[in-house]
Amino acid sequence: MEPPILEMRQITKEFPGVRALDNVTFSVKRGEIHCLVGENGAGKSTLMKVLSGVYPYGSYSGEILIDGQPQRFFGIADSERVGIGIIYQELALVPELTVYENIFLGHEISRNGVIDWNETIRRANEMLRKVRLDVNPAAKIRDLGVGKQQLVEIAKALSREVKLLILDEPTAALNENDSENLLNLLRELRDHGVTCILISHKLKEVLAVADTVTVLRDGKTVCTLDGHSGEVSEQALIRNMVGREITNIYPPRNHQISDEVMLELRNWTVYAPELGRYLLRDVNLQVRKGEIVGLAGLMGAGRTELALSLFGNAPGYRLSGELWLKGRKRVFRHPREAIAAGLAYVSEDRKAKGLVLIQDVRQNITLANLQALAKNGVIDRNAEIQVAEGYRKSLNIKTPTIEQQVVNLSGGNQQKVCLGKWLFVRPDVLILDEPTRGIDVGAKYEIYQLMNRLVEEGMSIIMISSELPEVLGMSDRIYVVSGGRMKGELPVAAATQEKIMELAVDY
Amino acid sequence: MTTRAAFVANLQRALGQNIRQYGMFIALFVIMIIFSITTNGIFISSRNLSNLINQTGYIAVLGVGMTLVIVIRHIDLSVGFLAGFLGAVAAIALRFWDLPTIVVVPMVLVLGGLAGLLTAFPVAELKIPSFVASLAGWLIYRGALQLVTAGTGTIIIEDETFNAIGNGFIPDVPLSIVPGYHTLTLFLGVLAIVAFVISEIRSRNKKLAYNFEVLPTDMFVLKLVFISALIGLLAWIMAGYNGLSWTMVIVLVVVAIYHFITTQTVLGRHIYAVGGNPEAAELSGISVKRMTYIVFASMGVLSALSGILFASRLRSATTTAGTLFELDAIAAAYIGGVSAAGGVGNVIGSIIGALVYVSLTSGMNLMGIDIAYQYIVRGLVLVAAVVFDVTTRRRGRAG
Repeated sequence: MEPPILEMRQITKEFPGVRALDNVTFSVKRGEIHCLVGENGAGKSTLMKVLSGVYPYGSYSGEILIDGQPQRFFGIADSERVGIGIIYQELALVPELTVYENIFLGHEISRNGVIDWNETIRRANEMLRKVRLDVNPAAKIRDLGVGKQQLVEIAKALSREVKLLILDEPTAALNENDSENLLNLLRELRDHGVTCILISHKLKEVLAVADTVTVLRDGKTVCTLDGHSGEVSEQALIRNMVGREITNIYPPRNHQISDEVMLELRNWTVYAPELGRYLLRDVNLQVRKGEIVGLAGLMGAGRTELALSLFGNAPGYRLSGELWLKGRKRVFRHPREAIAAGLAYVSEDRKAKGLVLIQDVRQNITLANLQALAKNGVIDRNAEIQVAEGYRKSLNIKTPTIEQQVVNLSGGNQQKVCLGKWLFVRPDVLILDEPTRGIDVGAKYEIYQLMNRLVEEGMSIIMISSELPEVLGMSDRIYVVSGGRMKGELPVAAATQEKIMELAVDY
Repeated sequence: MTTRAAFVANLQRALGQNIRQYGMFIALFVIMIIFSITTNGIFISSRNLSNLINQTGYIAVLGVGMTLVIVIRHIDLSVGFLAGFLGAVAAIALRFWDLPTIVVVPMVLVLGGLAGLLTAFPVAELKIPSFVASLAGWLIYRGALQLVTAGTGTIIIEDETFNAIGNGFIPDVPLSIVPGYHTLTLFLGVLAIVAFVISEIRSRNKKLAYNFEVLPTDMFVLKLVFISALIGLLAWIMAGYNGLSWTMVIVLVVVAIYHFITTQTVLGRHIYAVGGNPEAAELSGISVKRMTYIVFASMGVLSALSGILFASRLRSATTTAGTLFELDAIAAAYIGGVSAAGGVGNVIGSIIGALVYVSLTSGMNLMGIDIAYQYIVRGLVLVAAVVFDVTTRRRGRAG
């Protein structure tokens, strides 16, 4: 029997504190479209990075076989050599170069270092015909829409005679028409002998094109299903995707939710002119005093954009709709105004957007509310030390001193510094964006306890989270966002992982 | 462990932890000792050091402003010719408009601030790289300087009040404690030492009250003695030749103000936060735009001050005043430990950097070294300082 084109055996990949892939086995037959599905953080992207050599041989354990031959990839160049081509969600094209320059970027057609432009353009036209893209090869990439750019990426892969094409959520940023074209192209390529691995959250398109589906969950292979056998349905996939073990015990909660609405969005719409599309459309949302509202959805659904736009950080976006805070209609043009009005936002990316890493714990904690510690603009250093020490103790931040640079702290303690900073502005509504991402179980539990304590004291919390057990374990009410639209609202008692996922994958 | 061994261990630890802070002081010291030997003591003479510090003045004030510009991840190339141009404006105002110094100085400082805001505008509003925006300023102010001096050539300044800024010394009290020495300067030196010791002890006691880590007692005493000796020595040397100059007074005031703003105020903290992580700062409610305007405006005011110091020192405005000042200021800031990655650097360091830079020039001039070699040596010192800074920073991170 012919060996599969790709076989990955017992792949295990660990990051400090997390096992991202745990004994994953993954096998792809020649000439099929193989879909890889799973929740955010299930390990799909990590697996593909292992395959393409981004994580070099030796940084993981297990075996990769191509056509039955064991392989050792030390970089992307090695995997390209055997015919693997990967196309990421964030396209890797140079916007200022032309279509044909991009297609042959890195493997230019040349003699003695001099490029043969005529041959380049001829071959580029050939590739563009293959992907059914009708553009001038001399056009600049930045003048093309995302859908066409996606096709240029595929043309680029084809020009390298790729045997195994991997696409990571290629349709996430495409409209329906472009998506349909892309899927048709994949079918066509398959019929011409190119094997495809497709990572997608859109289960409908998975059902439409997949010959085989593999489901990953928590870094493990859950099952591999035959797409033509009738055993694959949306419900079956969702059941396999979620079913995540609830490993964390959530602290008991006994808080009172008042009827008073603290924050309300009415028809909140955000348009990004640079991207030429809506990030959010007609979103309605309510948060009451003393309530934890969970905002569930997949990555890229628009949840972070929702938080940032209402927080006054919407550079160049066009906003419409109404924001009501404590019974008053408000417009925030800068986070400063939002903070003054009683909002706080703890970013999902604490290193890039939350902390000043080269500054110490004290300076980070007081940064957003220095005025409270200052008289005539001069900081009262002693008061500042007391505040920082107070949060170090109450949040149990593990650091030798508050003079320690936060870059030296662990992820969990960095997150606590972020929380301390935002608690110090004494907000009425606290927005937590992925508050427990990448932190250890102990610190997670402490953060859950803190959240419960805060709502008991009358604060309102909006929690954005991609971890369904966390959403179910901590929220009073759950909103599900998908494709920039509010797909539904569930009281926690009626919500299940399956119900949330059904709404989250509904495009 | 014997007390002596403990002392040595403490010293090693204190130096090891703060090698970056003390590194520049040590380098300056070493350079001064070397030149003192090679010039048979002429370098260390009161007269030479007094001159040297006065020459440092117009670079030092630019270095202070440039430090903050680099801290917020920008650069300002326009400051040299802006200083030259504003110096010429001051000369014209004094000479042809017959305005008194008391009016001219504030007027020129305000013009400098406006020029800074103008440079900041495309940077803050349109995200034009500051390198480009300020390069345009470099060209424009160079042209403007030539334009205003075109008719007259060098403009001689005859106003003695104005010329005293760059050449004069503070008056003395009419009583002599040490014959041949400037009494008021000595008195100010003693006052500075007392103020320094008291403030250090008070700050240490406060830290102790909060159970904070402080230097061990022996190290603390050593630090007090060392820095007091340094201040005392400086005052002694200055008192030996006409006393404290007005340039020195101005530089000390500028440094004191900027040191205070950067270490003690909300504004200073916001500037460093913007430099350390602009996105985090913005989301913390700090307007990055506003900080950009403020820092460039401060740079403009200091450019004006630099232009005043220079014109006053030369008693004239020339067609080439300010040439390459910007690069000297940038070099001083980098020697003083500012980081292009943003958020790191302090004004004291930049002043020391400026002193190192000017000491090299002065010492090599006294030794009669060819100007060509002087440039090469200055280049090597700049590279060495930055390499030292980067490597010690890395070690500090690992430790």
